Amino acid sequence: MVRQAPERSPEVRAAMRASVAVGVAVSLYGVSFGALAVAAGLSVWQTSVLSLLMFSGGSQFALIGVLATGGASAAFPAIVGAALLGTRNGLYAIRMSPIVGGPWWRKLLAAHITIDESTAVATAQPTPEAQRVGFWRTGIILFIGWNLTTLIGALIGNLLGDVRQYGLDAAAAAAFLGLLWPRLTAMQPIVVAAGAAVVAALLTPVLPAGVPLLVAAVVAVLVGAFNWFGRREAV
Amino acid sequence: MSTWDTILIASICVLLLKIAGYLVPPTLVEKPTPTRITTLLTIALLAGLVATETVTTGGQVVVDARIPAVLVAAGLFALRVPFIVVIIAAAAVAAMIRLFTGAG
Repeated sequence: MVRQAPERSPEVRAAMRASVAVGVAVSLYGVSFGALAVAAGLSVWQTSVLSLLMFSGGSQFALIGVLATGGASAAFPAIVGAALLGTRNGLYAIRMSPIVGGPWWRKLLAAHITIDESTAVATAQPTPEAQRVGFWRTGIILFIGWNLTTLIGALIGNLLGDVRQYGLDAAAAAAFLGLLWPRLTAMQPIVVAAGAAVVAALLTPVLPAGVPLLVAAVVAVLVGAFNWFGRREAV
Repeated sequence: MSTWDTILIASICVLLLKIAGYLVPPTLVEKPTPTRITTLLTIALLAGLVATETVTTGGQVVVDARIPAVLVAAGLFALRVPFIVVIIAAAAVAAMIRLFTGAG
């Protein structure tokens, strides 16, 4: 796209402001993630590689959460849990594909930063150009910020030692609650959340580590497939 | 499976899911049911993680300082307090309870 005027439209400037606000605020989660990953038994290197390669907060928290409870024996449920949480990025990608456009390599780059926040900022913008700017800037700011703060968090976590003494186990639970909270917007998600929580807790003593979480996911599939507790036109 | 294997395999899965979304035709997912299931899947997994991280330790249900900490976190999230502040507050509540009761 060729633009004659150097001035950016008000819509694009609004998208830029939104991307900085969201990017910086969310990057701070990285400190909690880094500290919790080290508490879960990962090295500083492993924590940083995870943030660089996976780059999806929910999946990363899930992976370390399951590894923390089950160690190496929980590798399979940890991978499945992280992947299941990553399926929504695939949905975002479908929505972002026409906005990103361009050749395959641009879509490949875009794929890595297609996450909750970049999609949310992009879809909130009124014009195609502002959507594109919002998507790329949010994704790139978050990628840099998330990886830097993850490293800082991991180094802090390394210094702390006994994590229960500092309440880091409670912080992990609170982190998941924080990722869940904004999604509890209607009856259906609240019912699914409550059902999944009860299923996961009750099955923990009788199933191998991580597996109760995958059974809890079945609650979502059932409620979603039959649209129980949902509106007729719910999407 | 080593921790490194787990990290690499899981990361590749998550990245492939992102890439897959750019490869499928948009018409495939205009249907509400797959969208609804994916959205609810995220919610169920996060809720399951909240529960297991709050009331279980080493495969057993354990009631300890994490429960009041998570309740405080829920109250703060309801008041729209920023994420990082809530996380620190939750950790502080659990740490304080353990410090003053010598248990939990």
